[in-house]
Amino acid sequence: MKTNFVSLLIWLGITLLGAAAIGGIALNRGEQINALWFITAALCVYAIAYRFYAAWIAATVLSIDATRATPAERLANGRDFIPTNRWIVFGHHFAAIAGPGPLIGPTLAAQFGYLPGTLWILFGAVLGGCVQDMVTLFFSTRRNGRSLGQMARDELGSIGGIAALVATFLIMIILIAVLGLVVVNAMKHSPWATSTVAATIPIAMLVGLYMYKLRPGRVLEGSALGIILLLLAVAGGGWIDQQAGLRELFDHPGLPLAYAIIGYGFAAAVLPVWLLLAPRDYLSTFMKLGTVILLALAIVWLRPEIKMPALTQFVDGSGPIFGGALFPFVFITIACGAISGFHSLIASGTTPKLLANERDIPMIGYGGMVLESFVAIMAMIAATVLDPGVYFAINSPAGVVGATAAEAVATISAWGFPVSVEQMNLLARQMGETSLFARTGGAPSLAVGMASIFGSAFGQGMLAMWYHFAIMFEALFILTTLDAGTRVGRFMLQDLLGNIWQPLGRTSWYPSVLFTSAIVVAAWGYFLYIGVIDPNGGVNILWPLFGISNQILAAIALCVATGILVKSGKLRYAWITALPLAWLVIITSTATWQKLTSDDPRIGFLAAANSLSDKLAAGILPPDKAAVAPQLIFNQQLDAALVLFFAVLLWLIVIDMLRVCTRHLRGRLVPPLSEVPHYPTQLEEAWQRD
Amino acid sequence: MAKRLTGALHILWQAIRRLSGDDGYERYLTHHAAAHPDAPALSRHAWFALQQQQKWSGIKRCC
Repeated sequence: MKTNFVSLLIWLGITLLGAAAIGGIALNRGEQINALWFITAALCVYAIAYRFYAAWIAATVLSIDATRATPAERLANGRDFIPTNRWIVFGHHFAAIAGPGPLIGPTLAAQFGYLPGTLWILFGAVLGGCVQDMVTLFFSTRRNGRSLGQMARDELGSIGGIAALVATFLIMIILIAVLGLVVVNAMKHSPWATSTVAATIPIAMLVGLYMYKLRPGRVLEGSALGIILLLLAVAGGGWIDQQAGLRELFDHPGLPLAYAIIGYGFAAAVLPVWLLLAPRDYLSTFMKLGTVILLALAIVWLRPEIKMPALTQFVDGSGPIFGGALFPFVFITIACGAISGFHSLIASGTTPKLLANERDIPMIGYGGMVLESFVAIMAMIAATVLDPGVYFAINSPAGVVGATAAEAVATISAWGFPVSVEQMNLLARQMGETSLFARTGGAPSLAVGMASIFGSAFGQGMLAMWYHFAIMFEALFILTTLDAGTRVGRFMLQDLLGNIWQPLGRTSWYPSVLFTSAIVVAAWGYFLYIGVIDPNGGVNILWPLFGISNQILAAIALCVATGILVKSGKLRYAWITALPLAWLVIITSTATWQKLTSDDPRIGFLAAANSLSDKLAAGILPPDKAAVAPQLIFNQQLDAALVLFFAVLLWLIVIDMLRVCTRHLRGRLVPPLSEVPHYPTQLEEAWQRD
Repeated sequence: MAKRLTGALHILWQAIRRLSGDDGYERYLTHHAAAHPDAPALSRHAWFALQQQQKWSGIKRCC
């Protein structure tokens, strides 16, 4: 009774503190607010949601059963099905779900001010993303670790299965293109960044040789060696930048860098995994975890002031970084960090095969996403501690604010965000770059934000080093996603083409490997190429497309979960997934509608195509722009078709799910639940909690 | 006190090895000895090659 009372007081305190912090963030106007309020609000929201909502879902909605043997136990084979300690599973799961998405999305969405993005990251995660990850993990665990696509086919029918497969493939293509664009923009005319990123390739190969040939399986030795070499490469890049004959070798505009990335992507997809992909992944995982922890410590230690206002005038849709109003585009721009459909591919198929007990599901599924959401909050802080003028100068494309420094500074200052050419030049010098104007994509501005936080916390003298460390860290795991994504795309394509001509389906047949890898690389390479030649900065087109496709994958996962809940006789609890699903359907449908029909060429694909063809016909385009205009026009039309296709896919599966649910409620025949029967666990209590 | 500290460091080191997969071959040998005592176990090199092939044939990394 006494402990109950104490616990009640503690949770009451957390609730009050959280409410005060959110109130402070939301109602503050005109004064600077400290980043510590963001951290406080986030931790309180996460704690309450995890303690009450996740626990309630686990106990009441899913009826998690600790006496039931998991697939890891029943099918243990020492390879992929291995019952594992929950902290270890948590580490694997988090390392798999956290990529560059939660760092880039919040950085771009900061154009609306700090408030909309922050609220969506917090509440989108605890009510949407965390629930999606947790229920998908649970349903897949009850189905022998089956993948989302297989569950969709088993529970809803073949339409759901095909939709999941197609959405996954397309999202992969768009994701790789936009991430490639982010890296290209970070390396553009920066010999330091380019040489450092280039050096990560031989370093990864060296580590691969070490782990595979020299000391097989000694992962930690190889990784330690690689991390030392990576840090030396950051310093070495600074040296190269100073050498007159050498720096020109690494000083390139966007297009050659894009070709290099495309060539690299093809090579990485056809080389054996041990040589490049696997060692690069070890390095990027260690770097990622280390840097995220360092950033959290630095923010708490330094307690920086947020300089961005709560809301900017760009909530009306006129924003320079991407076109589109607050609703629905803040919810599209921040996908990872609030709700990310991609996670459902990890939460089904991969993680369930390690789970020792169903009891661990809330911590791994819900808790893993909570931590990713926290990473997104830190990215938001890193973007908003910059002077808003500096933030807009780095992130606005030349096509919007003007090509010269003087024009850009005049435009941005006229918006009410004062910035000067001298200030930008000084900042660029401090960061060891020639210019920071129009470095779109989010990576450079995140790196400037991180460098200023790290610089203030750990020594101002090394700003340029911190900046390029941050660029290297982002590029490292972006390139890992690019390798891994191309490979997965290739497997999916081989699987598909194998139905048409059987030899193409053999994953180890070299001609098929070369052919399918080339198709996948050409598909994302095309979008990357267009993104680079687009004067408005391809981020404006590609990032919303990526957001829409990722949210549609999330909607598919939530459809599967809602269908299963209804079929299991849990109609009255089905809102836990149906409400986030309804919200996703509303925002993606609205965004699609605007992308198709808006008259504003910065929002509507067709409006952009028409406006460009009018200009081309009138002959008012300068020759260099007129040369690429036909390609840009075609691309805008292609994007319109693509976004329409996504919307059709979404509505198809939503209607299919509703059809299955209605039939079930009317007592008609539906695909039966594919849950495996209950086997009691044999694992000893002491062993599970080791 | 010193004993508890080394104990804690040992647990941390074990967790790091387990998370990174550094102790994977040792765990494989334990599993193999228990599950298939009659069959010969793979060499360290062959095990690592097989393990990497399997690890990278599905979706392992996210956005």
